[in-house]
Amino acid sequence: MAYVAVKGGERAIDAAHAWRAAARRGDPAIPALTAAQIAEQFGRAVDRVMAEGSLYDRELAALAILQAEGDLIEAAFLLRAYRSTLPRFAYAEPVDTGEMLLWRRISATFKDLPGGQLLGPTTDYTHRLLDFSLLAPDRRPQPLPAAAPAATSPPVPRVADLLAAEALIEPDPATGASPADLTATPLAFPASRDLRQQALARGDEGFLLALGYSTQRGYGHTHPFVGELRTGEVAVSIIPPELGFAIEIGSVTLTECQMVNQFAGSKTEPPQFTRGYGLCFGRADRRAIAMALVDRSMRAAELGEEIKAPAQDVEFVLSHADNIEATGFVEHLKLPHHVDFQSELETLRRMRAAAAAPGHAETREDAA
Amino acid sequence: MIGYNFAYLDEHTKRMIRRAILKAVAIPGHQVPFAGREMPLPYGWGTGGIQVTASVIGQDDVLKVIDQGADDTTNAVSIRRFFALTAGVRTTTSTEAASLIQTRHRIPETPLRAGQIIVFQVPMPEPLYRIEPSRAAARRRHALADYGAMHVKLYEDITRFGRVAVAYDHPVMVNHRYLMSPSPIPAFDNPKLHLSPALQLFGAGREKRIYALPPFTDVRSLDFEDHPFHPGRAPHACALCGATASYLDEILVDDRGSRRFVCSDTDYCETRRSGLLPSGAG
Repeated sequence: MAYVAVKGGERAIDAAHAWRAAARRGDPAIPALTAAQIAEQFGRAVDRVMAEGSLYDRELAALAILQAEGDLIEAAFLLRAYRSTLPRFAYAEPVDTGEMLLWRRISATFKDLPGGQLLGPTTDYTHRLLDFSLLAPDRRPQPLPAAAPAATSPPVPRVADLLAAEALIEPDPATGASPADLTATPLAFPASRDLRQQALARGDEGFLLALGYSTQRGYGHTHPFVGELRTGEVAVSIIPPELGFAIEIGSVTLTECQMVNQFAGSKTEPPQFTRGYGLCFGRADRRAIAMALVDRSMRAAELGEEIKAPAQDVEFVLSHADNIEATGFVEHLKLPHHVDFQSELETLRRMRAAAAAPGHAETREDAA
Repeated sequence: MIGYNFAYLDEHTKRMIRRAILKAVAIPGHQVPFAGREMPLPYGWGTGGIQVTASVIGQDDVLKVIDQGADDTTNAVSIRRFFALTAGVRTTTSTEAASLIQTRHRIPETPLRAGQIIVFQVPMPEPLYRIEPSRAAARRRHALADYGAMHVKLYEDITRFGRVAVAYDHPVMVNHRYLMSPSPIPAFDNPKLHLSPALQLFGAGREKRIYALPPFTDVRSLDFEDHPFHPGRAPHACALCGATASYLDEILVDDRGSRRFVCSDTDYCETRRSGLLPSGAG
């Protein structure tokens, strides 16, 4: 009963925190990591923490990763808790991913297309061989090949827009209405697609991955093709009320996946390609593709499809996608529950005593 | 605390939560959705209760925090520290002296009085969730007061086990209208909810729901005429203070099956031992 010692709980907590701080730092003979090193060299971890922490700030995400010993869910939690103390002074104007300064843009549906295929900084065709040269200290960076950071100049059209020109794909369902805000209003069902997108954008990557995967294995199949996957910088602007016109306040790195889904039509919809969409912070192919799969699955009701798989059940997906909520409730089982357990013990003892007594079918509630 | 508002939450958030609380008080037992915030403590540790407490606490309040009935369990210590740090309020372990009590899993043995507020930490505000996992569908059942399935569940317990097999979080009917989770308090504590002179507030952070029992609300534990509700406790006396009517923790003292039973409410037990019997002592 150490963790509910009759006295000394405070001392135990302080001692635990001190020990944990030492464990986080590790061997003091090894130089300490800096948040700047994490921001620069653990970019994918920073991207994930920014997405699940719902806060675009590479420095703070790096700090959270450092403080959390690299536990990315814990880091996202640190970022979320900080985020909830920040004032909300404006909503950005919708970003235009068509105007994205591209690092990467690929389409799986066309061999070539306007704007071309651009691999960008991807691991897609690396061979997963451990690179032992990274163990050596003082490595000098490899020079980039001459044509490297390809900031393409003219805007590159989005594949979905190209298909839309031929009316083969459903129209872009964007209504122009102000989107709801998941963080300012409690989630209720049925949840509109804007809310679903917000929940997926901050949802647990592993959960999205598993759900998206499940749709590929027959649990709510969506016949997906990656129409386009693009990563790059987009400008963010706001309209300050005192100015009345948009000003750019910075840029964010985003990954966008436009999924094109074959659709045979239903009672309510003609045969056409339908859309699944994923948009998230950072370089994050896996998250964006999984999002697009799950987004399309959750449109089953809207498109008149039978709902029979978990990924199609909006309430199921949205209620369990958030890893801050999930890890809290799963891990809270380690908190003291001895009052409840005691009541279970007494109930079980009474039930067993009653069952063992002769004529136990007549047992009474107040046997104890 | 530098850089943070009084009691951590900003005033806009507090106002939003107070509105939810007012609505909850106006419709006893009804779950009011609110835009819960991420708190610096994890979901499951009492974020709903903390947000409710942060929204109603004032500088003159005296705060008591208990977990499993005890003031010195680690999570109670941690939450009490949180408010001492962010609100700078006085804290106490005395039920009598507290104006505001945040609790997890217990209601103090010392009867609450008018003017006090007790805030419950709630993991699962939806009493129907084991029967109807969809919250949207459960909401419809509440709207229609369609609680037959819960009665059937209790009936099935009686036919199979001879008794209702719910030992904690036993559902209650509030004001003859709404079925409510009393939070995972032992069934022993359920009768204390009924006609309590204190304001009882319930906060569920992860599920983003607030509900309330205004003072002197009718709260009945679900039961049947021929199988009346049974608030159970271990049939022993407290090994420390001798109380025979308090809820007891069972403590294993060796590896040969020896055990001791002591009051789960540490303040109640200590007060009795100091010779100052709290009112309602048993």
